[in-house]
Amino acid sequence: MAERVERPVLDVSRLPTVGFGSRSITWWGIMGMMAIEGTVFVLMIASYFYLHSRNSEWPPHRNPPDLLWGTVNLVLFLISVVPSEWYRRRARKGDLRAVQIGLVLVSLFGIGNVIVRYFELWHLNTDWSIDAYGSAVWTLMGLHVLHLLTDLVDTIVLTVIFFTPLVEGKRFQDAEENAAYWYFVVGFWIPIYLVIYWAPRWLHA
Amino acid sequence: MILFHVPGFRGNQTSLNPVGPGAEHIEFEFALIFWITVIVYCIVLIALVVYVVRRRHSLNIMPEPIRTTPESDRRARHAVGAAMVVTVLLVFTMLIGSFVSGHALGKMNRQSAYTIDVYGHQWWWEVHYPNDEPDKTVVTANEIHVPMGVPLRIHGTSRDVIHSFWAPNVQGKRDLMPGYDTDVMMQIDQPGRWRGQCAEYCGEQHAHMSFYMVAEPAQQFQQWLAQQAAASVSPSSPQVTRGQQVFLSHACVMCHTIRGTPAGSRVGPDLTHLASRSTIAAGVLPNTIGNLGGWILNAQSIKPGCRMPPNHMTGTELQDLLAYLETLK
Amino acid sequence: MITTTAIESTAELTEQERAQAARLEAVWREPTGFWGWFKAVHHTTIGKRYAVTAFGFFLLAGLLAGGMRLQLAFPEAHILSNDLYNQFFTMHGSTMMFLFAVPMMFEAMSVYLVPLMVGTRNIAFPRLNAYSYYLYLFGGLMFYVAFACNTGADRGWFSYVPLAGPDYGPGKRPDFWAQLITFTEVSGLAVAVETIVTVFKLRAPGMSLNRIPIFVWGQVVVAFMVIFSLPGVVLSSTMLLMDRTCNTQFFNPAAGGDVLLYQHLFWWFGHPEVYIIFIPGAAIISTIVTSFSRRHVFGYLVLVLSLVATGFMAFGLWVHHMFATGIPQIAESYFTAASMVIAIPTGAQVFCWIATIATGKVVLKTPMWWAIGFFFVFIMGGMTGMFVASVPVDLQVHDTYFVVAHFHYVLIGGAVFPLFGAITYWFPKVTGRMLNETLGQLTFWLFFIGFNITFFPMHLVGIRGMPRRVYTYQPNMGWTTLNQVESLGYVLLFLAVCVLLVNVSRSLRSGAIAGPNPWNAGTLEWATSSPPPQYNFLHLPTVNGREALWDAAPNQPIVAGLPDDARSFLITRTLDAEPEGRDEFPGPTIWPFLAAVATSIAFIGSIFTPWGITIGAIPVAITMIGWFWPERQPAQRRRAREIWQSE
Repeated sequence: MAERVERPVLDVSRLPTVGFGSRSITWWGIMGMMAIEGTVFVLMIASYFYLHSRNSEWPPHRNPPDLLWGTVNLVLFLISVVPSEWYRRRARKGDLRAVQIGLVLVSLFGIGNVIVRYFELWHLNTDWSIDAYGSAVWTLMGLHVLHLLTDLVDTIVLTVIFFTPLVEGKRFQDAEENAAYWYFVVGFWIPIYLVIYWAPRWLHA
Repeated sequence: MILFHVPGFRGNQTSLNPVGPGAEHIEFEFALIFWITVIVYCIVLIALVVYVVRRRHSLNIMPEPIRTTPESDRRARHAVGAAMVVTVLLVFTMLIGSFVSGHALGKMNRQSAYTIDVYGHQWWWEVHYPNDEPDKTVVTANEIHVPMGVPLRIHGTSRDVIHSFWAPNVQGKRDLMPGYDTDVMMQIDQPGRWRGQCAEYCGEQHAHMSFYMVAEPAQQFQQWLAQQAAASVSPSSPQVTRGQQVFLSHACVMCHTIRGTPAGSRVGPDLTHLASRSTIAAGVLPNTIGNLGGWILNAQSIKPGCRMPPNHMTGTELQDLLAYLETLK
Repeated sequence: MITTTAIESTAELTEQERAQAARLEAVWREPTGFWGWFKAVHHTTIGKRYAVTAFGFFLLAGLLAGGMRLQLAFPEAHILSNDLYNQFFTMHGSTMMFLFAVPMMFEAMSVYLVPLMVGTRNIAFPRLNAYSYYLYLFGGLMFYVAFACNTGADRGWFSYVPLAGPDYGPGKRPDFWAQLITFTEVSGLAVAVETIVTVFKLRAPGMSLNRIPIFVWGQVVVAFMVIFSLPGVVLSSTMLLMDRTCNTQFFNPAAGGDVLLYQHLFWWFGHPEVYIIFIPGAAIISTIVTSFSRRHVFGYLVLVLSLVATGFMAFGLWVHHMFATGIPQIAESYFTAASMVIAIPTGAQVFCWIATIATGKVVLKTPMWWAIGFFFVFIMGGMTGMFVASVPVDLQVHDTYFVVAHFHYVLIGGAVFPLFGAITYWFPKVTGRMLNETLGQLTFWLFFIGFNITFFPMHLVGIRGMPRRVYTYQPNMGWTTLNQVESLGYVLLFLAVCVLLVNVSRSLRSGAIAGPNPWNAGTLEWATSSPPPQYNFLHLPTVNGREALWDAAPNQPIVAGLPDDARSFLITRTLDAEPEGRDEFPGPTIWPFLAAVATSIAFIGSIFTPWGITIGAIPVAITMIGWFWPERQPAQRRRAREIWQSE
């Protein structure tokens, strides 16, 4: 086994060190996180409808959540996709200025979302401890708040980093992936919005 | 037909000694799977052992790996293919057998069935025999008398946590769950006392939560039912009268009912006809005077964690109380 | 062209290679000293910690089993009180499932072996890996500290509501159980993501999908199962905790809640869990059977597809744990069919293994004995599985000792037998020394015989009507003798594990030196010295076949051109493993440890107050930011030689 052989070499020194999308391993990590959290969301929505099937009245003895603030947040989320997509594309080109502006804008949107979310919580017309309906609504909401806050903190930290001398290719990867994660937060708000605000209205009729 | 049974199980708490159509249908499927799997298991492992022995190689060195080709693996491929076909066929045989048994279980007649309500408690069984006239409804505990050869509809739920009602000689188990009404059909064709036990872990005394299904001829059952429907007997001697007073003046009344007296709480078992039951504490002890006395004084030493608190009373009080309880036939 | 030997071993390196090894050594060295222990991030270090910790929990849970066997050896015994017994079996089950089986079969195995087997230098996201280990460790410690303080979980390993709910589960016992789940699920999910990314993106060039070792395939399937199943128990245990601490009403029937919701969510996870434990076992058997039959495994494609099919099907039969709750007939038929049909891929694997043996040269060393034991035990468990799959029969055997026997045959057969085989098989790789063959076979026979004496009679006592989870039984039930036989079998199992421990401790000190490839096996972990250096491979390998070493061309190329002044690695394409990029692993750091401490405080705090999570989130966020904050020097170095992907 110890005989020496001449072995040809596979030279990889010219391969890129900065790749985006499926060429970046952190992108895969983020996809994994989305798969996990997406499953949590789906199972929670399923639980909501399961509990509905076990109750004759839904929502029991009270009004569904007020539409206003939830809808405002939906609109805000959808608009935020525009700056987000813009800086995501510029990040792939290494455009520092664009990414800085984009991250600041999306951070501001995120802060706006959190403020609107605060009003949303006051207009759910239910408490989590009254009954299973209230618990389900609050838990769905809570899950989304958790993701919103996590991504907001993430975005703000990344924004700060982009104004330091620490910027390198990896950070542009981060920026691109941060936008992808934001789409996940926005994307899951649509079904959760429908479940929280519209399902009681449709199921009631 | 030997194939329809698995030999060697007697006893009053085993699914392989069925005493009614429910358990019989299940035993059929059990036996079918049993014989198929035993035969398959033996064939597979004999094949394994034979090949290991035949292909065994020296222990001292790890030989160089064999070069294999699709050609050299052809026979193995055919053998594995054939084994797969047989596996699929056997799986479907067992599956069809399972559907047949399931269907037979579902076919039992609900319409003409005699209904008994069972409520699970931590850690005993409350049993109701509903009657259109409410005062003829019979309430008892842990001992379910049933008429033989009659379809029974056991309707139940739980008063606290999830329990599972299971008398294996009679029928498969069914969970009793808070918030759900459960119905299970069964029938007993052989007279006797068939033991059952809670089969879903329900806390501290899950181990001591058994019951008996007592199957008897219809006439005998009706007699029993009529007797149970009556209120308790009035005290007929001074000691028994004192005993009743002990019952009514101690903590007993907080939880128990004795119909015909002011005691009417439904937390614990109905004691109107306590003395007609053969066990106490959900099948833990034979219903003897000594056991009953010990149970009353300190149930916690017999069934730790149970809801029955220790009771402090003098020797005479206990004697009187026991004398009274003995009359509750 | 580089001159090298087929298998690396430091003794035979050229001058040039020695210099390279020294540079790699300097870059990859794990920090030493007291604080160094908390900074380590290499997958072999963390993998070993996972394995040792999980084995420690295995021993603890095994001792608890001994307590139970002692109590059940005599009817109406008072050796353990009912309260203690209920804690014992809950701790035993929860430990075996959450602290031993999954962390051992998936986390430890995957973390240590997968990067070596795919030919890379570390696992993807090594810091996350370290974090996941500390969380697992802290979760387990919390659980046992609570137990030592008489707050051991006592509601069964699935802690059904309402028994574990606020009304019937007083004290903090079920809360500790629920948080144990949170700890272990975070660590399991982290390792799942790391495993998938490692296998999808970090494989050696040439290791296309159809050349991935079956063991690695098994771990990938398990990783996906973890990702899609664990969220079920995330939700059920969180709802349970919220019902208990925040007054939510998910499981309260009086307020529109539902007790079966818990069971659906729990078994959505709980059934795949069984396969999460068994699939690595099956994958180990494929590996051992291949190496000890001296041929490529028969039916590679069938084996891989069986693993994948099992992974999918496992999600279709969670209700088979709930037959006794009364399921509509049509659903009953579906779930019976699904439960039985899953036997088909398992059967296919068994036949392929037997075909491999039948056409190979069988070498009966200890790992192969464990594989043979696996056949006897696991197939028996599969057969009794047919009983529990059939709804009518299940209604009789469900929640009896028949089921206890069934799942011990499946889990010990399907996981512990392969695990003990794996320990003997990979011990030389991990430690550089061989285990003693005689003691190894003694362990096997003691364990095999002891196992069957302990668990076979449980089938019979179950059919005789003994329910599971009873702390005692009455003398006239006809269960006494069988229970005593079972308890005697435990003694043999106990001795078997003692002999194994003696064997391990002797070999660690004075075992025969193993060399890089003592079994002359074919997968890449054997292509480096034993134990592997911290950079794993001096030259990153390329692959030419399913068994990389057996199929290697005489002049199999090696990878060159990765900078050796950083923890560089190669990124390859998912399907064909063609190189497509380079990247750097992060180095050792204390932050994952600090983040794990902060996370643990938040989790444990939330047992006592709902504010635990809210306030506890702040230190978690701070430590996480510290963790991800870029370091200046590496950033500058990388920026200086960046090559961007061309669009």
